[in-house]
Amino acid sequence: MIIGSITEGLVIDHIPAGKAMKIYEYLKLEDLDCQVAMIRNASSEKYGRKDILKIASHIPLDYDLLGYIDPHITVNVIHDGVRSEKYHPQLPKRMTDVIRCKNPRCITSIEQELPHVFRLSDEEQGIYRCLYCDTRAKE
Amino acid sequence: MKDLIDIRELSTSEINQLIEVAKEIIDNPLDFAERCKHKKLATLFYEPSTRTRLSFEAAMYDLGGQVIGFSEAGSSSAAKGESVADTAKTVECFADIIAMRHPKEGAPLVASQAVNIPVINAGDGGHHHPTQTLTDLLTIAREKGRLDNLTIGCCGDLKFGRTVHSLIAAMSRYANLKFVLISPDELRVPEHVRTEILEKDKIPYEEVHSLEEAIPKLDILYMTRVQKERFFNEADYIRLKDSYILSPEKLRQAKDDLSIMHPLPRVNEISTAIDSDPRAAYFRQVKNGKFIRMALILKLLEV
Repeated sequence: MIIGSITEGLVIDHIPAGKAMKIYEYLKLEDLDCQVAMIRNASSEKYGRKDILKIASHIPLDYDLLGYIDPHITVNVIHDGVRSEKYHPQLPKRMTDVIRCKNPRCITSIEQELPHVFRLSDEEQGIYRCLYCDTRAKE
Repeated sequence: MKDLIDIRELSTSEINQLIEVAKEIIDNPLDFAERCKHKKLATLFYEPSTRTRLSFEAAMYDLGGQVIGFSEAGSSSAAKGESVADTAKTVECFADIIAMRHPKEGAPLVASQAVNIPVINAGDGGHHHPTQTLTDLLTIAREKGRLDNLTIGCCGDLKFGRTVHSLIAAMSRYANLKFVLISPDELRVPEHVRTEILEKDKIPYEEVHSLEEAIPKLDILYMTRVQKERFFNEADYIRLKDSYILSPEKLRQAKDDLSIMHPLPRVNEISTAIDSDPRAAYFRQVKNGKFIRMALILKLLEV
């Protein structure tokens, strides 16, 4: 299978195999007019298999969000057909309206206007907890 | 510090300072009788409470302040669907400080984010109840004269009992403590309390089933209620319920200077025959609740 390289845009690489669709949804890539390619289960020397997303546009990216999905993800910025920058997203300290608290006893369950905020409670294990009720985020 | 939502927000020195101020109030109550003159406390209680609400109100009156508020959601605009943030913003127009109890976890945090006046969490569902924990700390400090070098037994429902979790979290900062966790298997301390507090802070603890076997080694016995509805079947409840009732017979094995604590309300887990025993600290604990709340109100109002 051949997917052409892009001359301008972003390549999100080293996505754990199977998670590209999740990123596609989180970043709302379906709303873009530009070309978007999703490569699933590509071979990777480092991880065995990986997913890749190629976006033929310089869209603003929420790097924190990518870090939450997997801190091994890399983002390559492509200019004139060559990589101009490379980023390694970090685990975000706090995320707003990315995941939803499912605890029925949480105040967010009855107040629809409240943002769903999760904070990083354990950096080593990547554990996030709801800011309001401390319920652990589950994928 | 603007608010008190979670006991973990307080540093050890802030806790110690609150305890010292509470002791000063106990020794010289008249010195504090007008410190909150012309200040108003709003008690926003979205669910019923006897002890906590009255304790907050008594604390504010004893500081010379005034109290406004409601004691159930039905008598507030919440019944009309008003958000917690909007209610808090409205109350901010009338009061200098808010004490809020709410059945939903995180509601006092939402209020604190919406207003500029201090908000005290007076209990949010099964989540936090920091003034109960401060009450417990003041009680231990007064009963034992220290907050370190203690063997603390927690007995009963250790799974759902938020007071026990908060007590363990707050005490974990003091040196040379040991916890004895006395409960049936069904009501063990949750895994996150064991791993994220006890094991992380290297605090020695043991989990046992028998109150009788544990009681001789304890300096503090923190009792909680074992509720029937927490059990999967009635046979287990009937088999276990008496194991976690403190009777004069069980107390015979205890140290002479044991302090028996309970967040109350009690149902039958402490025999009333023990109430007259000098080791029964639970009603002194209630009284301490008012004094530590007075200290907290003073600190948050900066008066």
